Amino acid sequence: MSEAHVSGTPRNRIKVVVAKPGLDGHDRGAKVIARALRDAGMEVIYTGIFQSPESIVLTVLQEDAQVLGISSLAGAHLEYTTEIIRRLREEGMGDVLVLVGGTIPTADAATLREAGVGGVFGPGTPTAQVVAFIEEHAPRIEDRVSRPWTT
Amino acid sequence: MKGEPVEAGDPERDRLDRWRRERLAADHARVPPRRERFRTLSGLPIEDLYTDDDLADLDPARDLGLPGEFPYTRGVRASMYRGRPWTIRQVAGFGQAEDTNARYRYLLAHGETGLSTDFDLPTLLGHDSDHPVFSREVGKIGVAIDTIEDAHALFADIPLDRISTSLTINASAAVLLAMYRVVGEERGIPGDALTGTIQNDILKEYTAQNEYIFPPGPSVRLVVDSMAWSAEAMPRFNPVSVSGYHIREAGATAPEELGLTIAAGLTYLEGARDRNIDPDFVAPRLSFFLDIHNDFLEEIAKFRAARRLWAGLVRDRIGCRRPESLLFRVHAQTAGVSLTAQQPLNNIARVAIQALAGVLGGVQSLHTNSLDEAYTIPSEDAIKVAVRTQQILLHESGVADVTDPLAGSFYIERRTNDLEREARALIDRIDAAGGLVAAITSGMAGQIIADSSWEQQIALESGDRTIVGVNAFQDAAEAPLPIEPFRLDPGVLERQLARLAAVKRERDAVRVDASLAEVRRAADDPGVNLMPAIEAAVRARATIGEICGTLREAWGEFRPPVVF
Repeated sequence: MSEAHVSGTPRNRIKVVVAKPGLDGHDRGAKVIARALRDAGMEVIYTGIFQSPESIVLTVLQEDAQVLGISSLAGAHLEYTTEIIRRLREEGMGDVLVLVGGTIPTADAATLREAGVGGVFGPGTPTAQVVAFIEEHAPRIEDRVSRPWTT
Repeated sequence: MKGEPVEAGDPERDRLDRWRRERLAADHARVPPRRERFRTLSGLPIEDLYTDDDLADLDPARDLGLPGEFPYTRGVRASMYRGRPWTIRQVAGFGQAEDTNARYRYLLAHGETGLSTDFDLPTLLGHDSDHPVFSREVGKIGVAIDTIEDAHALFADIPLDRISTSLTINASAAVLLAMYRVVGEERGIPGDALTGTIQNDILKEYTAQNEYIFPPGPSVRLVVDSMAWSAEAMPRFNPVSVSGYHIREAGATAPEELGLTIAAGLTYLEGARDRNIDPDFVAPRLSFFLDIHNDFLEEIAKFRAARRLWAGLVRDRIGCRRPESLLFRVHAQTAGVSLTAQQPLNNIARVAIQALAGVLGGVQSLHTNSLDEAYTIPSEDAIKVAVRTQQILLHESGVADVTDPLAGSFYIERRTNDLEREARALIDRIDAAGGLVAAITSGMAGQIIADSSWEQQIALESGDRTIVGVNAFQDAAEAPLPIEPFRLDPGVLERQLARLAAVKRERDAVRVDASLAEVRRAADDPGVNLMPAIEAAVRARATIGEICGTLREAWGEFRPPVVF
């Protein structure tokens, strides 16, 4: 990792997958977040709706993303998120910063954090707060485990 | 209307100019305007004053008419609420059919006058409860329906010949519509005694709510089939509720909500015409569903503009002649997106103001959101406040005792004109893009909504728009929610799977297979109405997953372009 990669170069952009697991179609928040992160200079891959935990983890893997944002507004956040985190760890992607946004009851937010979620963002969260959180907590590329399939 | 040339020396204009120069400027010299620019929630500019100058072009006889008469600006019925009040219709649905049936009884016992059903996501997307991935969502945001046996349990002991029912379902709506008819039939209730509405508006799913299965072409065919079938099988039932609600909730402005909704309604009627079905045969049973957002006056104007725009287009563009075909009969729901998780009791006030706008706008049916509705299945206490809000409007406020009381208001009429003009311009844009289906598949319609949604987010985050309790007047410490998040009984999935297995065990498998083969044959022949085949499959106890699975095999699944 050379000094040239420290700031602003494409190699150093934070890569985020924004994902909608399951059948929940409420995607207004996911799209707003995707746009805000893109405007903040991150590389954003939005999966679209109807994703299975398996397909989401595959996207994170293929994109070698540092951050996964899961959007859920249909009450199935615990089931899908815990499975996604389990699959990420199985794939050696346990360092991915996993965030959950949407209508998450307070008690469930604590459960999600215990399961390994880095941050839970409820309705009304300013997008700048999410950007700042990611910039602070995303795993640094130079710290990541070297993976043979990435350059 | 403003912008029209006003002759120099017009005494009215002179009087206004002088007022602005002398009175208003003097006031603002002492008290500057609160904002640099005043705009409606939809971004339309708000002038400092509206006068008869704004209505120079308005011909009341032509543009307003009388209630129950073309162009229906003042209401779809002559008597409006002095005769029949709007229907108090709260949507409900969770768990198994029995759980939702119990909630119906609670609502009816507290003065609700019509039922409305929310289905769970597997049902909405044509999957059975035993789906390997999506079984996790059974019963969560609505009721789980796999077969006609579930539909029987849902409506057990509800007098379907006296209570109208709304079914909020789209991609798999044809199956539920057939189930409703078959429930009536197996209980001895004739089809012409069944009243209610099924949403069955697939076009807005591609741009807003995202519960679609098949590509737009066959999906629109299915809607047209159900309209034509329903007009005979259950002639008092509304087989489509063309919906702007979800479009607005997804971020569109009021004129975009109107324009996209009316474009969808026209697409269905044109679809009928293309199949040689007389639009006048199906148009009288088209109904609508709009949002009621925060901008009180703009929303009142929106309902008035919707009626006038629809009546004119259905008469002049579709060529309908029956007066019933021209009516924009509308159910409305207060804006879920306006509810805040912060200081949730404030939502009661928001809902009351929005509901008042709906009533002043002349809606036929109303759902008032519960204060906890944005993030959980409402509690019984919260839903009671929501129902009571409507009863207070109806019985205490006096607004239901006079029809269209704001007609003639300089501002309301001007805004009604503005919204009609803006919505019409959007419909023209959609036409120029090749129609709504083309605008959906190209991503254009979705982009319009995403852009408006983004602009509202910017307005909120820049402080340009204030939301009490969220970006102003926040509580210092996050107070514990005075609401208990809904917890689904974990036994629901197990019981639902057991019932599905029992139905599959006991039914006549040969008859099921034959009925599904018939669905497939009908699906492959666009000249045939699919509904009789679907009805026969429902009667044979085929599951929603089997019927929609057959259609998936015939038509494939659709994925619209991802835009944000």
